[in-house]
Amino acid sequence: MASKTASHSQKNFFIRQIEGLGAAILDNLNGFGSFITFVLNALLWLFRPPFRLRLFFEQLYFVGNKSIFIIALSGSFTGMVMAYQTYFGFKLISVDSLVGPVTALTLAKELAPVLTGLIVAGRAGAAMTAQIGSMKVTEQIDALEVMGINSVQYLAVPRIVAGTISVPMLSALFLFIGNVGSYIVGTKFLSIDEAMYLSKLGEFMFLGDIWQGLIKATFFGFLISCIGTYFGFNVTKGAEGVGKGTNLSVVWGMIMVLITDYFLTSFLIHIL
Amino acid sequence: MLTFNNPAIRIENLTKTFGDHTVLNNLSFDIPKGKITTILGFSGAGKSTLLKHILGLIQPSSGRITVLDRNLAALKDVELREFRQSFGMLFQYAALFDSLDAIENVAFPLREFTKLSNDEVLSRCRNLLESVGLEPISFHKIPSELSGGMRKRVGLARALSLEPDIMLYDEPTTGLDPITTHMVDNLIRSTSEKHNKREMTSVIISHDVKATLRISDFVAFLDRGNIVEYLPASEFAQSKNELVQEFVNL
Ligand SMILES: Nc1ncnc2c1ncn2[C@@H]1O[C@H](COP(=O)(O)OP(=O)(O)OP(=O)(O)O)[C@@H](O)[C@H]1O
Ligand SMILES: [Mg+2]
Repeated sequence: MASKTASHSQKNFFIRQIEGLGAAILDNLNGFGSFITFVLNALLWLFRPPFRLRLFFEQLYFVGNKSIFIIALSGSFTGMVMAYQTYFGFKLISVDSLVGPVTALTLAKELAPVLTGLIVAGRAGAAMTAQIGSMKVTEQIDALEVMGINSVQYLAVPRIVAGTISVPMLSALFLFIGNVGSYIVGTKFLSIDEAMYLSKLGEFMFLGDIWQGLIKATFFGFLISCIGTYFGFNVTKGAEGVGKGTNLSVVWGMIMVLITDYFLTSFLIHIL
Repeated sequence: MLTFNNPAIRIENLTKTFGDHTVLNNLSFDIPKGKITTILGFSGAGKSTLLKHILGLIQPSSGRITVLDRNLAALKDVELREFRQSFGMLFQYAALFDSLDAIENVAFPLREFTKLSNDEVLSRCRNLLESVGLEPISFHKIPSELSGGMRKRVGLARALSLEPDIMLYDEPTTGLDPITTHMVDNLIRSTSEKHNKREMTSVIISHDVKATLRISDFVAFLDRGNIVEYLPASEFAQSKNELVQEFVNL
């Protein structure tokens, strides 16, 4: 009798686990569906007047200009540390003159776009969610809608366009400063010949490599700002909800940068 | 139950269900032009849902809503958005744009929807803010520097800036202290009187029975998705409906 109830409740336990898993999967699929709907809706409103240039430039300033310092700082230290790490490995097999191109290629194809994406997701993506989310819970979004203004067009579109444009520009800055850092460390601290460094750089680095990074950065910018604005519009339940939404936006923004990086790379490698 | 000829808002057999939850149940109801009509009801009765239908922010499951002689269901999205400019709405917590100062909040609809010059916009906004009783020293404060009552004044000025035909108030005094509550109630009454010539209609959603009876012309009681009582304000307290009696004597 006792063992029968035990197995009965055990069965319930497994069923509950499976139900829980199923519900979680459905929730995520649902969320994904409403995210796609949101993005398509935003794209639709992008092409309809009025075109709000002032809001776009405000966002460009916010996402772009205000990130310059932190991107330059991260870029320079990433380049510098890359030079160090590759130098001591390469020296063992006497190819230390290749530090320049290896650092530059790694930066151009991976580190610049990905790290820029992660930084922007943590900074601007989170801020987008927090701004829009707090407008949602204080009914400012309802106020826009009551005035007949489409809140997606007013709030999401300028942020998405600004994010899509500014992330590749920030990534290019990251790349440039990273290379300067690597050059300084390589030639001044690690005694690689300056002319050698530059000539090898010219020999192995191609425009296609830079393009690959810029295209990826453009996708990341689009994705991060779509995620940031989406979670903002979906904030519920007061200030606590804004914090939760911001958290989700950063986590998903970063994860999606890393996941799409893999797929974009495997695609771009064939065409560039 | 009251009916009116040529009402500002006519609701016929409105039903709204969310999933299997029926929030509004075959509701029919006229709101007269140029008067103050208040909708009372317990929390969760469906008041906000009804208001959103009137604004065309949500679509009915069935039934028909006619606002200023236009059937909302027949309007396209663009037309509906344009049509909403005939509404002004004061939100519970004013919903001011927190990045703009008081006067720019009021200027927002004017800049968005009219071709007035900057000087004209600002002088109109000053008049509007003065007419709702905001002191000029507060004109350039941002919302977080304003008190709850001052925010309500700015929100009202913003709602009035495009001279709406219908003013909607969502729980205008919930969460305010008694003195500010009294001030906001008087403001609603005097605003309605000021715009009486244009026959501006006011619709209030409220929990506050005493103030409602003092400032409204007509009072409706919403319960579980239906209007169960609808009377001139002066007769409302004598209603024979048990729920109404319970609510009035709370
Ligand atoms: N979008 C929605 N989806 C599902 N249910 C909803 C939705 N909007 C409202 N409801 C439900 O409809 C009912 C009425 O809600 P509504 O907000 O209209 O009530 P209310 O009368 O305004 O209450 P309160 O005085 O608390 O503001 C509630 O039970 C609510 O849960
Ligand atoms: Mg409500």
